[in-house]
Amino acid sequence: MELIFERSKPGRYNQMIPDLDVPEVAIPEAFKRESELHLPEVSQPDISRHYTELAKQAHGVNDGFYPLGSCTMKYNPKINDEMAALPGFANLHPLQPLDTIQGALEVFTESEKLLGEITGMDHMTFQPAAGAHGEFTALLMFKAYHESRKDSKRHKIIVPDSAHGTNPASASMVGFEIVNVPSDEAGCVDLEALKAVVGEDTAGLMLTNPNTVGIFDKNITEITKIIHDAGGLNYYDGANLNPIMGVVRPGDMGFDIVHLNIHKTFSTPHGGGGPGCGPIGCKAFLKEFLPKFYPVATEKGVEFTTPSQTIGSVKGFYGHFLVLVRALTYILYLGKEGIPEAAHNAVLNANYMKHHLEDLYEVPYGGICMHEFVMSVEKIKKDTGVSALDVAKSILEHEMHPPTMYFPMIVPEALMVEPTETESKETLDEAIKVYRQIYEDAYKQPEKVHAAPANTPIRRVDEVGAARNPKIRYEFS
Amino acid sequence: MGLGKYVPATSSEQQEMLKTLGLSSLDDLYVDVPQDLKVTELNIPAKQSELEVRRHLTELADKNTVFSSVFRGAGAYNHYIPSLVKQIAGKEEFMTAYTPYQAEISQGILQSIFEFQTMICELTGMDAANASVYDGASAAGEAVNMVVGRKKNKVLVASTLHPMTIETIKTYAYGSDVEIELIPEVNGRIDQAALTTLLTKEVAGVLVQQPNYYGLMEEATEIGEQVHQNKSQYILSVNPMAAALTKTAREYGADIAIGEGQPLGLPMSFGGPYLGFMATTEKNLRSLPGRIVGETEDVEGNRAYVLTLQAREQHIRREKAKSNICSNQALCALTASIYMTVMGPKGLQDAAYQSYAKAHYLAEQLTEIPGFDRVYPGEFFHEFVTTCPVPAKELTEQLAKHGILGGLELENGLLWCATEMNTKEQMDELIAVIKEVCQ
Amino acid sequence: MAFPKELKYTADHEWVKLSEDGKTATIGLTNYAQEQLGDIVFIDLPEEGDDIEIEDSFADVESVKSVSEVYSPVTGEISKVNEDLDDAPEKVNEAPYEAWIVEITNISEITDELLDAEGYEKLVEEEA
Repeated sequence: MELIFERSKPGRYNQMIPDLDVPEVAIPEAFKRESELHLPEVSQPDISRHYTELAKQAHGVNDGFYPLGSCTMKYNPKINDEMAALPGFANLHPLQPLDTIQGALEVFTESEKLLGEITGMDHMTFQPAAGAHGEFTALLMFKAYHESRKDSKRHKIIVPDSAHGTNPASASMVGFEIVNVPSDEAGCVDLEALKAVVGEDTAGLMLTNPNTVGIFDKNITEITKIIHDAGGLNYYDGANLNPIMGVVRPGDMGFDIVHLNIHKTFSTPHGGGGPGCGPIGCKAFLKEFLPKFYPVATEKGVEFTTPSQTIGSVKGFYGHFLVLVRALTYILYLGKEGIPEAAHNAVLNANYMKHHLEDLYEVPYGGICMHEFVMSVEKIKKDTGVSALDVAKSILEHEMHPPTMYFPMIVPEALMVEPTETESKETLDEAIKVYRQIYEDAYKQPEKVHAAPANTPIRRVDEVGAARNPKIRYEFS
Repeated sequence: MGLGKYVPATSSEQQEMLKTLGLSSLDDLYVDVPQDLKVTELNIPAKQSELEVRRHLTELADKNTVFSSVFRGAGAYNHYIPSLVKQIAGKEEFMTAYTPYQAEISQGILQSIFEFQTMICELTGMDAANASVYDGASAAGEAVNMVVGRKKNKVLVASTLHPMTIETIKTYAYGSDVEIELIPEVNGRIDQAALTTLLTKEVAGVLVQQPNYYGLMEEATEIGEQVHQNKSQYILSVNPMAAALTKTAREYGADIAIGEGQPLGLPMSFGGPYLGFMATTEKNLRSLPGRIVGETEDVEGNRAYVLTLQAREQHIRREKAKSNICSNQALCALTASIYMTVMGPKGLQDAAYQSYAKAHYLAEQLTEIPGFDRVYPGEFFHEFVTTCPVPAKELTEQLAKHGILGGLELENGLLWCATEMNTKEQMDELIAVIKEVCQ
Repeated sequence: MAFPKELKYTADHEWVKLSEDGKTATIGLTNYAQEQLGDIVFIDLPEEGDDIEIEDSFADVESVKSVSEVYSPVTGEISKVNEDLDDAPEKVNEAPYEAWIVEITNISEITDELLDAEGYEKLVEEEA
C-alpha cells in the first residue's frame, strides 16, 4: 500500500474555507516557521480511496470474530455513535456557562447513578481517560486517603502475579512499592500468602475478579477483609466486569474503588486503540478525594464541585464525554433486564467454547469459567514445536482475530479466549472447528502452522529488525 | 425469545448449550459466586427500545445550547471540520478494531498511525512521535515523567501554561514525588530573570507553552538557550494550528514537543475525547511513552508496519515502566491525520493564518471600545486578554442571549479567541452587541 | 555450551573477568543468558563515571517482548562502556563472551557469590 505521502503531488489542494474577509496582518519574522511543512497534497477522491484501502486492511469486530481475552470486543451499537454525534453534545465548548450545559451535566449524573448501581459504588468521576488512567487516579486517592489519616507508613500495593501489567505500572507511578502474591493451584489468590504479606505498610490491594484466568475468586470477601483488617484499601480492576454485571457487585465484594473500562463492558468502540474511558467509582468515605469538576445535582441544576481533599485533575476538562454518551445509550437500551442477560451469555459462550476445546488444548485452570478462559499450548509446543504464536497466526487465515497471546504470564504459551455475548452459536461453532483443525495441523503438518498466515495481505513481520533500527516516520526526500 | 439486546442466542440455543455443559440453568454458571452476594434485581430503569433511548438522549442534547458564534478558546477550539473527515473516521473497520497487535490483519490501522506520527513530526520538527496519549494536559504529565531521573528530580513549569495543564502536572507529580516549581510571569509572559535564578542543577526540565494561555508568544528561543545552558531538557507545549505557521518546537530548540491535537479536526465535544501528541528527538526516542509504530518488512520482503519498541511499555516492564499508558487515542489520531490530509499544507496554513488575522481584527475592533484594553502587551496568535468595563459575567450573559459565546472570564478580564470560523459579520455583530451592553 | 574457564559467573547469568589485582572487572552476559533472551534489540547502557554498588542494576537488555536488568557483582566506578552495542546489540547474541557491556574499576568490594565455570555450568543444567 502506498503511504499518503506517496500519493502527494505539489499543487493539489482542497478548498474548505472562504477567502479572508478581514485585513491581512503580517506575522513577525521572529516567529515565522523556517522549515517547509510537508503534509500530503492529495485530492478528495484519492483521499477517500486511500483510507478505504487502509480500512480494508483493518480487522474490527465488524469484520469478524474477535475473541481477544481481557479486551471484551463486543458489538459496538450504531445508535451509540449517532447519539454521540448529536450537535447538542459534539459541538459544546467545555467552558460554556452552566445554564447552557445542563443536558451534558445530566449525562454525568445519570451515568453516575446507573454505573454506581451496577458496581455498588456511591460516587463516580468520569475524568480518567482509560482504564489505566483510572487505576492511576484511584491510587492517587489511596495515597491521599492514607496521608489524610497521617498513616504515612503505607507504601505497599499488593498485586497478584496474574494481574494486568497496568496494575504494577500504575502503582509505581504513584510511588508505591509492589508486592506480588502468588496464585494458588486454582488460579486464585493464595490466602495464606496474602496473609503473610499484609501489615502496617499495606496501602491496598489491586484485584480483578473474575481474574485474568477467567475464574471468579470465591474467597473474595475473605480477601478484601484481610486487606481491610490490615488497614488497607481494596481496588477493583474493572477490566473483567462484563460477566458479572447485574449478577454481583464489586461494592458488595468489599471493594472501595473500582474502575470501569467503558470501551469494553459498555460497548463503545475501541477505535484501533482508543479513545477509552475509565471512570472510577468509590465508596462514600472516599468522596472528598475525587478529582476536581465533580458534578452534583442541586435545586438550581447540576453544578461542578471541588471535593474538599481532591487529588487535583488527571487531565484537562471532565473526561471522554462523547464516549460516555455512548455508554449511557447502551445501558438505557439494555436496562435492568438486558445488563444481566449480557453477562449470562458472555459466560455461557465462553464455557461453550472451552468445553469444545479443552480435550485438545490444555486449560490449566479448569472448572466453570466466567467470560474468558486461558488455554496453554505448552504441551503442543513440546510435541510439535508449534507455539501459541503459531496457533494465533494460523487463526488469522480464517478471517478471525486470534485470542490474546502470552498473557497472563503465569500460564506458559497462553491463549486467552473471550468470545463475548454478542457472538452467535454459529460463530462459536465455526471458531471451534478452526481451532481444532489447527491442533490437527500442528501434529500432522507443523510446517504449515509455522508458516502461517499464508493468505493475509502481508505475512509475518520482522519485529526484531523494527526494534533494532527503528524507523518511525516517513522521510521526505 | 431473547430481549433483542445485541445477544443473538435464542432461548432454545441457550438450553442446548447449557445441556452440552451439563448444566440446567444460567444461574448454574455462577456456582463460584457466593449466594449472599448475588443481586436479585438492579435498581436501574427497565429496558427501552432504540427509539425511546434516542428520544431521551436527544432531549438531553437539546437542553444544551450550541452557540453559532464562538469567541472562546482556552484549550478547546472551534475550527472547520471537512465532511470527508467525519465520513472516513466513522468507517466501522477503524471504529471497531482494537490495538493492532496482529500486524498481518492490521496494516490499515498501523499505517494510519505511522502516517500520524510523521505528520506530528512535521508539525513539531521532531524526529519521532508516538501514537498519541489522552490529551494535551496528560501529555504534559507524561513529558515531565520522561525527563526526570535519579539525579535530577525537579521540573520548572511556566505559570503561563493552561491552568488545567498545570493542575494535571501537579497531580501527576503528587504521585511520582517529582518537584514542580512554577516560573513566575511578568506582563503575561515568563519572567526570564526569575527563570535564570530558578535554573539550578536539580532541574531536569523546563516546560513552556507557545502560544501561552493568554495567547501570547513567549520568547521561546531565548528561554530554550537558558534551559540548555543549564543542561536541562526543554519541553514545549504547542498549538498544532499555530505550529503550521510559526516556528516549530524544534526551531525553538525544544527537546520534547507536546500539545493538544483537538484543533486538528476534532469537535469540541464538551472536553473530550481529545488527542495528546508527543514528539521528541532521536536521542530521547526510547524514553517516549505510549505506543509507537515502526516500519519493517514481512518474510517476503514486503513493506510492513508493526508496533515496536514495546519493551518500554507496562505490559512488559510492569512496575519498572515509566508510564502505565496502554491505550492511545487512535481514532482521534486518525481523525487528525485525515484532517491534515484534506486541508493539506496550504489549507492548514490558511486556516491558521485566518485565525491569526481575525483575532487581530477582533482585538483592534474591541480595543476601540472604551474600557476594553489589551491587558498584556506583545505579540499574540489567535487569543488575547482584554479588560472589561462591566462585570465580565454580565457581559457574557448578554452575549449568550444573542447566540454568542463570548471570551472566557478571567480574574483580570476576558480571554478572547477567533478562528477561521468567525466571519467579519459575526465579529461586527459582537462589537455592536458589546457597545449596546456597555453604554 | 561454552563456559570459559578463565571467567567468573553470577547466578544472574553474567560473566565477570577480573584483573589480576582484583581492582577492575569486565562484565557481559553469558551464552545461556543471550539464548534465554532471544534476539536482543537494545541495551540501555550506563554512563562512564557512574558509581555502582553490588546488586545495583546498571543496564537494561531488551528483546522484542522482554526486558532484563543487569546487576553489578562489584562495588566500584564504571570506567568504560561498550558503545558498539548502541548500534549493534546483536553482538551479544553473536559472541556473548566478546561483547562485554561495561568495565568497572576502583573495585572496593566483590560479591562472595561468584561462581567458577564448573559451578555455573551446574547451575545452568539445573535451570534448563
